[in-house]
Amino acid sequence: MSEAEAFAGKVDAVSRDSHFTDDGKLAQPRDLAVPAPAQSPVESRAIFSGKLLPYVLLVPQLAISLVFFYWPAAQALWQSFLVQDAFGLSTEFVWFENYAELFTRPDYYHAVGVTFLFSGVVAFLSLSLALLLATMADRQIKAARVYRTLLIWPYAVAPAVASVLFIFMFQPGLGLFARALQASGLDWNPILNGAQALILVIIAAVWKQISYNFLFFLAGLQAIPKSVIEAAAIDGAKPWRRFWTVVFPLLSPTTFFLIVVNITYAFFDTLGIIDTATGGGPNKATETLVYKVFQDGRLGADLGGSAAQSVILMAIVITLTAIQFRYVERRVHY
Amino acid sequence: MASVVLNEVRKTYAGGFEAVKGVSFTVSDGGLCVLVGPSGCGKSTLLRMVAGLETVSSGDIRIGERRVNDLEPMARDIAMVFQNYALYPHMSVFDNMAYGLRNRGTPKPEIEKRVKEAARILELDALLERKPRQLSGGQRQRVAMGRAIVRKPAAFLFDEPLSNLDAKLRVQMRIEIRKLQRELKTTSIYVTHDQLEAMTLADRLVVMNGGHMEQVGTALDVFQNPASVFVAGFIGSPPMNFLAGEVDTQGRLRLPDGAFLAFDPKRGEAQVGRKVLAGLRPENVALRNGVEDGAAPRFRLELVEELGMGRLVHGKVGERPFTVAQGASDPPPSGYSLSIGIEPALVHLFDAASGLSLTSAAPRR
Ligand SMILES: Nc1ncnc2c1ncn2[C@@H]1O[C@H](COP(=O)(O)OP(=O)(O)OP(=O)(O)O)[C@@H](O)[C@H]1O
Ligand SMILES: [Mg+2]
Repeated sequence: MSEAEAFAGKVDAVSRDSHFTDDGKLAQPRDLAVPAPAQSPVESRAIFSGKLLPYVLLVPQLAISLVFFYWPAAQALWQSFLVQDAFGLSTEFVWFENYAELFTRPDYYHAVGVTFLFSGVVAFLSLSLALLLATMADRQIKAARVYRTLLIWPYAVAPAVASVLFIFMFQPGLGLFARALQASGLDWNPILNGAQALILVIIAAVWKQISYNFLFFLAGLQAIPKSVIEAAAIDGAKPWRRFWTVVFPLLSPTTFFLIVVNITYAFFDTLGIIDTATGGGPNKATETLVYKVFQDGRLGADLGGSAAQSVILMAIVITLTAIQFRYVERRVHY
Repeated sequence: MASVVLNEVRKTYAGGFEAVKGVSFTVSDGGLCVLVGPSGCGKSTLLRMVAGLETVSSGDIRIGERRVNDLEPMARDIAMVFQNYALYPHMSVFDNMAYGLRNRGTPKPEIEKRVKEAARILELDALLERKPRQLSGGQRQRVAMGRAIVRKPAAFLFDEPLSNLDAKLRVQMRIEIRKLQRELKTTSIYVTHDQLEAMTLADRLVVMNGGHMEQVGTALDVFQNPASVFVAGFIGSPPMNFLAGEVDTQGRLRLPDGAFLAFDPKRGEAQVGRKVLAGLRPENVALRNGVEDGAAPRFRLELVEELGMGRLVHGKVGERPFTVAQGASDPPPSGYSLSIGIEPALVHLFDAASGLSLTSAAPRR
């Protein structure tokens, strides 16, 4: 009896919810509208008036930008117009002479070519491999935690350490991969062969960046409602087509963001990798623009030329980012 | 056009939880079957198995002539309307509807024709270029419907398609769905936890509870002859009242407080002394002022809700909550000395232990 009672009671509780909810006409006892007590404004104890406060709060951020970005940038710009004599005793203001000289140097054009090739390949490979891995992880979400932890490791590794790792792996005669490559009949020697050296730094740079991209792609994939994918499956889209017509477009905000991040990464943050792995060689085969600035400026002591190079580099990155925002963003769907 | 047949379908999730415990029913060609039940009873699971989004642990699902258990969703020739609509956010309304046709390689003019046709039926003509985020909830709902109908599938599956809409729109869309389904004559399974929606839409009603099927029948049949306490309490609003009692003599119940309640012994067997639950629909109960008949159950008034087209009188009979639905012309209750009366033939009896109906002629399955 008591069991049945409880049962019936539960039924009551369940069905009571659906009481005339359809037109919502169930007379609700009306709350007495209690007027909110007239709120006395919180006594103003702020030292700064409301108008000044936002600017005051911005000061630290502005100061940091000023000290670490605008000031060096302005200095580089100023330096790029100067020529110093060999002993650093006198400087002369030469307008665009440093730039003009730069554009007569074939090794500069070479570095431009290497940089674009390197950055393009690194960004493309690290993005597409990360997307592939993230798509696989997204399917098997149970193992994803282990997977994710394993994949995040490369990101925690310092660039120099990363390239040391790769030097070991690809060291001719010593490294595991190097031996495998040589065993397969390839004359593997990145220390002498420029193309192979470039491949080596590309692999190291890609490896280093994949985990970062992976995390963002995985988060992006998981933000796509499952029911949308299911709807596409019912709508007759096979997995490959589903990916390109639904998943990939919905991922485009993430992809766009990552393209910007990755190109910037390939341009600037790979300095450590290149320096440790190849030092720009052999025969400047892996000398990117950033590496060249570093080399010419710090080691070569050509301050004016180096400053001109970094100004150009800044201009390139600003332009690239602007282009990306203008054109890629148009294809971003929402 | 096809019928959908489920035979002893079961679902055990990876964790070992059995969400659907052997369900069998048939949706006839062109019919609309509503699965109704409280949250978590396995409705969505069942529907997703029919759609092919969830594997079937055991049993058979047939759509038309084919056993579809092992077919991919796309091969089953069904269309589904999701609770959150699941529109493709990056596609226009037109592309949302055209997507399924394009995937199947339908020729362009045919796609154009079908989408325009669906848009006309659903009054979406002016919105074809918009993206889903530029639409209201009701319009998104229509697009989701449109996406289903352009494909002309063998069956429609609806998973609580109206639960994200406000009450007024829900009533309106409910009617539209019914009209559309009648017009297209497409076999449909519709999941809801709203019993009113279920009653108004169903050709055939399947009441589920905890992974089991409690009752199958027409809406009216289920309402009039509920097979169990659960169904009786779930279908109907306001819900049925229950009073515990004991069969005193044939045709009479004794309630705990000593009152008596007459029932129709012809409706079902109930031996003397059996402990039962009597079910009384609020709209079948009359309130009497004063206690003319000393043996009639007393009603303790607690609250009156005025609805305009009638009123709900809430109170207690014995220790149990009890609601009486009055028509607008009935005199409002006056005073607190009240008793209830009901036609004996309208009293449902349920076994107190099993909860199964003793008066319902309909079999449990
Ligand atoms: N993937 C899953 N793994 C394990 N258990 C699940 C899974 N999906 C659902 N369940 C369980 O199965 C039961 C039925 O779920 P289902 O989604 O079918 O309920 P429902 O009747 O549709 O409820 P609602 O009305 O709330 O949508 C629930 O108890 C739920 O917790
Ligand atoms: Mg559900």
